[in-house]
Amino acid sequence: MNNPSEFFDELSGFGETPRAPYADYCGWFDRQNEAQLRKKAKEAEVFFRRTGITFNVYGQQEATERLIPFDVVPRIISGREWSRLTKGIEQRVRAINAFLHDIYHRQEIVRAGRVPVELIAQNEAFLPQMIGVSPPGGIYTHIVGTDIVRTGEDEFYVLEDNARTPSGVSYMLENRETMLQMFPELFSRVPVREVSDYPKMLRRSLSACAPEACEGKPVVAVLTPGIHNSAYFEHSFLADQMGVELVEGHDLRLVDGRIAMRTTQGYTPIDVLYRRIDDDYLDPLNFNPTSMLGVPGIMDAYRAGKITIANAPGTGIADDKAIYSYMPEIVEFYTGEKAILKNVPTWRCSEPDALAYVLEHLPELVVKEVHGSGGYGMLVGPAANKREIAAFADKLRSKPSNYIAQPTLSLSTVPVMTKAGLAPRHVDLRPFVLVSPNKIEITPGGLTRVAMKAGSLVVNSSQGGGTKDTWVLDE
Amino acid sequence: MRVKIRHTTEYAYNGQVPYGLQQLRMIPKTSAGQTILSWETRVEGGSKEVTFTDQHNNHVELISLNPETRSISIHCEGEVDTADTVGVIGQHGGYAPLWYFLRSTSHTKAGPHVRALVKAVGKDYESDTTRLHALSAQILSQVPYATGTTDFSTLAEEALESANGVCQDHAHIFISAARLMGYPARYVSGYLVMNDRVEQEAGHAWAEAHVAGLGWVGFDVSNGVSPDERYVRVATGLDYSEAAPVSGIIFGGHSESMTVHLQVQQ
Amino acid sequence: MLGKTAGGLFWMFRFLERSENIARLVDAGFRIALTRSAAAEAEWASVVRTAGVQGPFLERYDTYTASNVVDFLLRDRSNPSSVMSAIDSARSNARLVRTALTREVWEATNECWMSMKDVLKRPVSESGLPDVLATIRRQNALVRGALTGTMLRNDIYNFAHLGTFVERADNTARILDVKYYVLLPSVSFVGSSLDNVQWETILRSVSAQRAYRWLSDGDANPKQIANLIILDQRMPRSLAFCVAQIREHLGYLADGYGERLDCHDLAQAQGRRLADHSIESIFETGLHQFLADFIVRNNALGLQIERDYRFYG
Repeated sequence: MNNPSEFFDELSGFGETPRAPYADYCGWFDRQNEAQLRKKAKEAEVFFRRTGITFNVYGQQEATERLIPFDVVPRIISGREWSRLTKGIEQRVRAINAFLHDIYHRQEIVRAGRVPVELIAQNEAFLPQMIGVSPPGGIYTHIVGTDIVRTGEDEFYVLEDNARTPSGVSYMLENRETMLQMFPELFSRVPVREVSDYPKMLRRSLSACAPEACEGKPVVAVLTPGIHNSAYFEHSFLADQMGVELVEGHDLRLVDGRIAMRTTQGYTPIDVLYRRIDDDYLDPLNFNPTSMLGVPGIMDAYRAGKITIANAPGTGIADDKAIYSYMPEIVEFYTGEKAILKNVPTWRCSEPDALAYVLEHLPELVVKEVHGSGGYGMLVGPAANKREIAAFADKLRSKPSNYIAQPTLSLSTVPVMTKAGLAPRHVDLRPFVLVSPNKIEITPGGLTRVAMKAGSLVVNSSQGGGTKDTWVLDE
Repeated sequence: MRVKIRHTTEYAYNGQVPYGLQQLRMIPKTSAGQTILSWETRVEGGSKEVTFTDQHNNHVELISLNPETRSISIHCEGEVDTADTVGVIGQHGGYAPLWYFLRSTSHTKAGPHVRALVKAVGKDYESDTTRLHALSAQILSQVPYATGTTDFSTLAEEALESANGVCQDHAHIFISAARLMGYPARYVSGYLVMNDRVEQEAGHAWAEAHVAGLGWVGFDVSNGVSPDERYVRVATGLDYSEAAPVSGIIFGGHSESMTVHLQVQQ
Repeated sequence: MLGKTAGGLFWMFRFLERSENIARLVDAGFRIALTRSAAAEAEWASVVRTAGVQGPFLERYDTYTASNVVDFLLRDRSNPSSVMSAIDSARSNARLVRTALTREVWEATNECWMSMKDVLKRPVSESGLPDVLATIRRQNALVRGALTGTMLRNDIYNFAHLGTFVERADNTARILDVKYYVLLPSVSFVGSSLDNVQWETILRSVSAQRAYRWLSDGDANPKQIANLIILDQRMPRSLAFCVAQIREHLGYLADGYGERLDCHDLAQAQGRRLADHSIESIFETGLHQFLADFIVRNNALGLQIERDYRFYG
């Protein structure tokens, strides 16, 4: 398990001996037979396939259900590292909620000159229908997935604040379940903190945000675009684990002033809707009129305080990549503290100087679309050839404000099991955060995404990335 | 002036509508120059689901059509006391930031015709209001009032090009040009007392621009004046689609026909 | 429960049942074709007719050869009633109602789908056919077993069974209706080998050849065969059994929801009709007429269940 390298390896640091969090695991691993482990890895795949833990890939006609590769070597985080991370995430999530409230009300941060007005005024993610709307419990982002990368022993950066509808939590839970089944003995050796409470916490957290119109125990439901959506497995998984209904737009309509679902016995009002549909498709009456996925009038019921939508419409303004570059200012403005977690230095291509720099340094930079996600439409300079870089430079020049650029980070690695034994691969981490009026809860762990190709820095599942179980040690 | 309004809008469908919703922006609020004495909305063939306040501070009611209905009618009736404020509504209120009123919409997107119009009006005026009045007069001279050539989907550019339009087109052109000049601007739907008649075919529409110092000021291009005591403001928006008295979504694929009965009198 | 979920369960189990019934039809056709090659083409034609896909079949093929029919009924995705299409639909519905299923039922359904995709990847050879058909039956049985063994006896269970038995009743009635003439006294030559084979086919199509042998004295007799398949409540694919099951599960729903609906009246009427008839009176009123009428009423019942429990709106 040796990996002296230029990248920080979470198992061995920059050296050759296991770091403390991995000591117990390595003790176990050294006594394992590698062929046996590989066999287990195969079993895991059969298990996933049979359970139907698949995702659909856009733009592929045939065989659209694919498995996300799962790696059997866990990613391990010490209790001390975790507590620092969670403090930083919590601070950030608080700031994001305050920011969202402000942006849809007085816009004090703009008046104070801390973020430029154009950033909001020209932002497509700004949702005018949310102006003046105060969501039940004051919560905008009920569920956040903060993407974090590591570059050294104490170097953590926030890469993205996913404040719309972060996905992947089902993999966090299923990965743990799989590890427990495959290596039960490991969990008696290593004190790993539980993640299995997440669905219960999610339901509690959503229920705590019920609207005033709610009578009695809040009725929660998950809104999915349907079985063809790439994350359908996760939608049904979460509904199932929470013990709530999984609904589609055509199951819902306005009945007696409430959004209600059609049951075998008539319509039942819903109090909290955990929607996994983008804003634009949410309500054909108020947004995209051609949407067949949404619920006409839901935005009106929402504005009348009759239902909670989680996450609130319009939260996209907070995870926009151009806003991201102002996160340190945003955290400071609303919390009065310096940001605990670092931001990746970001060039906003809308600024002429930044654009000039970016165009000159494309081979070293990662360039992303401001509103993009899933690793689509981005350029990874060091991995691109001359032609790709030239083509991207043209796109960049034609619409600079659509892009931001960041240095290529030396993402930490964690070993994965390959045919030739263990080999380091780059990872990131998405912890899942639940926000309710009383508290912010972060499940110890999260989704570790791993680039399965040697040297690759792209961990997105849509681009062939895999996942690992993520352990936070109980220390 | 005490203005009495009776307004009935009827939609008839050529089949039973399984499900449908209508958003109504038909309730005026007390504001500068107008005090609502009484106001009532009644719906036949539908029922009120929710009411809320939108981003323009409009009072919105959402109506669902009764299942399998073939028609729905909406009656509004009320009395409003008005006063002449020479079109001045006053300082901007509410949470919608002023920059929001500089956003162009599909109806008000400026093209070559609007740009030419702005150029023709020029910049050299003693005040913002005189410049905006000049704009208003220029629009009316280029686009005389005429019904039948445009409809609710006509864009500002198209109306300028066709050189004919109604109050809605005038408002859209004004808004588009005012925004191009840098003035936040919005669309107003409402009622107008006419001197020669009580029965009217439709409500009225005009525009408001935000001017430093005065705040919001109204301009009725069609009549070449700023609104006075004959005007009742009902709803505002970036353009017609945000301030329309009725906008909805009807399932079942039936065609609809609309009939309006409107009486506005002193 | 969501109306959509009830509908998804109902159709999931209709499609599973359909896939198994189609497999059974192919099995019966295959046997007769093996033993009586002269009649093979006519036999395959009647199999296609029983499956209710004559129109689409003829758009695609000119002749009822074994390979055409077997491929169309087992693999062809353009045929919505092929085994592969039915299993696809069953699984899509299972995905839709995943939150209503136990992990065991979902996994059994998913495995059923995976193994069907695997065995039906390529055209099925004559020698491979028995194995494929056995796989279809076995995979279906696994889903049923998981359902029986792991699911709560609540409305979810009831809608699943309603789908199974509405589909099965339709299927059994159609099998009989396509072959009703061989059961009529006027054209039956008692003891002739033709009838023996035809009767055997009917019994085999509803997996009742063994039951029949137990219950009869070994002599094949059209009236007894018809009685077994229409009126015998002990036979799990008989019309009487299916209708009794439908009534039972609708009854649980009425109790659970505290509401009796139009579908309950339709089911009751259907039950009464069977109870009021003896096999003699059925033959007197006309076997074909009786079956055609049953099929229409069974369909109407299915549609009424859909409406009463708000599957779609």
